[in-house]
Amino acid sequence: MPDSIVEVKNVSKIYKRDTMDIPVLQNLSLGVPEGEFLALMGPSGSGKTTLLNLIAGIDRPSSGSINIAGTDISTLSESALAKWRSRHVGFVFQFYNLIPVLTAYENVELPLLLTDLSKADRKKHVETALGVVGLSDRIHHYPKQLSGGQEQRVAIARAIVTDPTIIVADEPTGDLDRKSAEDVLALLEQLNQEFKKTIVMVTHDPAAAEKAHKTRHLDKGELSMN
Amino acid sequence: MKIAKLIFRNVFRHKLRAALTILGVAIAVMAFGLLRTLVTSWYSGANSAAPDRLVTRNSVSFIFPLPLSYRDQILRVPGVKNVNYSNWFGGQYIDKQHFFARIATDANTFQTVYPEYLLSPDQASAWMKDRSGCIVGQKLADQYHFKIGDVITIVGDIFPGNWQFVVRGIYHGKEKSTEESTMYFQWDYLNEQVLKTMPTRANKVGWYTVQIQNPNDAARVSEAVDALFTNSDNETKTETEKAFQAGFISMSSAIITSLQIVSYVIIGIIFLVLANTMIMTARERIREYAVLKTLGFTGQHLMILIFGESLSIAILGGVVGILITFPMAAGFAKGMESFIPQFIVEPSTLIIAGIFAVVVGIISAIFPANRALSMKIVDGLRQVG
Ligand SMILES: Nc1ncnc2c1ncn2[C@@H]1O[C@H](COP(=O)(O)OP(=O)(O)OP(=O)(O)O)[C@@H](O)[C@H]1O
Ligand SMILES: [Mg+2]
Repeated sequence: MPDSIVEVKNVSKIYKRDTMDIPVLQNLSLGVPEGEFLALMGPSGSGKTTLLNLIAGIDRPSSGSINIAGTDISTLSESALAKWRSRHVGFVFQFYNLIPVLTAYENVELPLLLTDLSKADRKKHVETALGVVGLSDRIHHYPKQLSGGQEQRVAIARAIVTDPTIIVADEPTGDLDRKSAEDVLALLEQLNQEFKKTIVMVTHDPAAAEKAHKTRHLDKGELSMN
Repeated sequence: MKIAKLIFRNVFRHKLRAALTILGVAIAVMAFGLLRTLVTSWYSGANSAAPDRLVTRNSVSFIFPLPLSYRDQILRVPGVKNVNYSNWFGGQYIDKQHFFARIATDANTFQTVYPEYLLSPDQASAWMKDRSGCIVGQKLADQYHFKIGDVITIVGDIFPGNWQFVVRGIYHGKEKSTEESTMYFQWDYLNEQVLKTMPTRANKVGWYTVQIQNPNDAARVSEAVDALFTNSDNETKTETEKAFQAGFISMSSAIITSLQIVSYVIIGIIFLVLANTMIMTARERIREYAVLKTLGFTGQHLMILIFGESLSIAILGGVVGILITFPMAAGFAKGMESFIPQFIVEPSTLIIAGIFAVVVGIISAIFPANRALSMKIVDGLRQVG
């Protein structure tokens, strides 16, 4: 197995609700090599989103370690983790999660506001990212002036504009029609092939999983190979 | 600040809600400003009192008169320069709505004891010559369009009857703060009529105004005057004009206190209006805050967003409120002219109102900011937006 850029080792995740413990992931390990396009499938409630959130550093494991590109993120402080996310992770959500009062351009620019890039440099990056997703002509549109597929492409532009180490996508086509879903998947495939981006994508859609190199199934908190 | 744009867009995200909140804050700031101005103008009467004047009245109460014979005795007290005497006349002009102060005063000493009322020599001598003559302040004359030679008819209540006065002069205040809303007429005219109709009430004065040579002597002279009449039928109470006015004003202190309380209630209302908007806003945006955190924005960034939004609304509302206070105060001043001669919005009132708006802006943001900060990203993202 080549060097993994994502290394999940013996990770358990237990949610506490009131006094009840809800074990979601149990002693789970997973490696994702650099440049891979991995699909995570599994029944609802099996812990796919939970695993993805752990990899993306927006949640912490109850035990075990997560190492991304050489950094053990489970030991980082809250603020160090925030900084790490802004440099290394690009997110794509099911419901796009664009800020409605910002234009496509401004939404994509958001992650760059945390860098010390000049305004001119930010502009270059934003225009490149929007060009990659094919929305150069929609730069000044607000989210509500875009179709669902276009919104998701803006979200993808926002995810890649910082040139992150990995891209995580949680059901990126879950809210889209067939045609838009295909566009989005083609785009992710292109990011993976042309730009060599490592992608971890959660999906319910077998057609989406087909685009990935590899599919892993999660069931009752345990992974199985396809 | 790169996220200023986002703050600004957030403020106006719901235009109607933003407009209503800003208007609510503005109206509250204005109401606060007007009430405070009412309170400060009420007290400003006491500030315009002259330091070299004492007021001697019946020690039992202001409403009981003193014998005219006291005048000569008071005049003989060392340190006393001049003595004027007056009666509150009351009565009605047209009806109760048309209120202004009417005072019968000793015309011979009036101008020396009250140098702040400026009257041209012609008008002064015309007033002296006409028993039933009166003088009115410029503001009062403007309000009722009184001209020299006009006859003013007053229906008496304290002194019953139909009283007619001829306007012989219009006085001006020496200072901006001098009142110009009173009608003065000759005490002799009042006494003459009273002698005819109710002789027992003749030769009595409401109060003496004692002008002293040296303001530093006020305490000594006051004591000396009151000592003259101890154990008489009508004991006196002498105090500085300032103390007298303050006492007069404090008769209405219950009203003043309630005005003050209401002005603070208004601050509370601004807070509720703004806090309500901010809480609603933050609740709707929890998911967006989670997204921003996901992208790497920190708690500090969210605080800037939320406090910035709350402060923007508070400051906008405060500025609008302060701006509309001026025309409102001008209208108020016109309507209240005869009750409150000096209705001027003081800068300190506006500063206090502004500070309150800012403080309210900050406090309103605390709860929503705390909520956004303590929210876990994964929980925020699960919120259905
Ligand atoms: N923040 C949380 N607090 C408490 N319980 C949670 C939380 N997040 C997830 N869970 C629980 O953990 C389990 C796994 O949830 P998760 O969202 O990871 O599933 P999923 O595989 O993504 O499902 P779906 O396909 O429906 O999105 C569920 O039982 C869920 O109720
Ligand atoms: Mg899920």
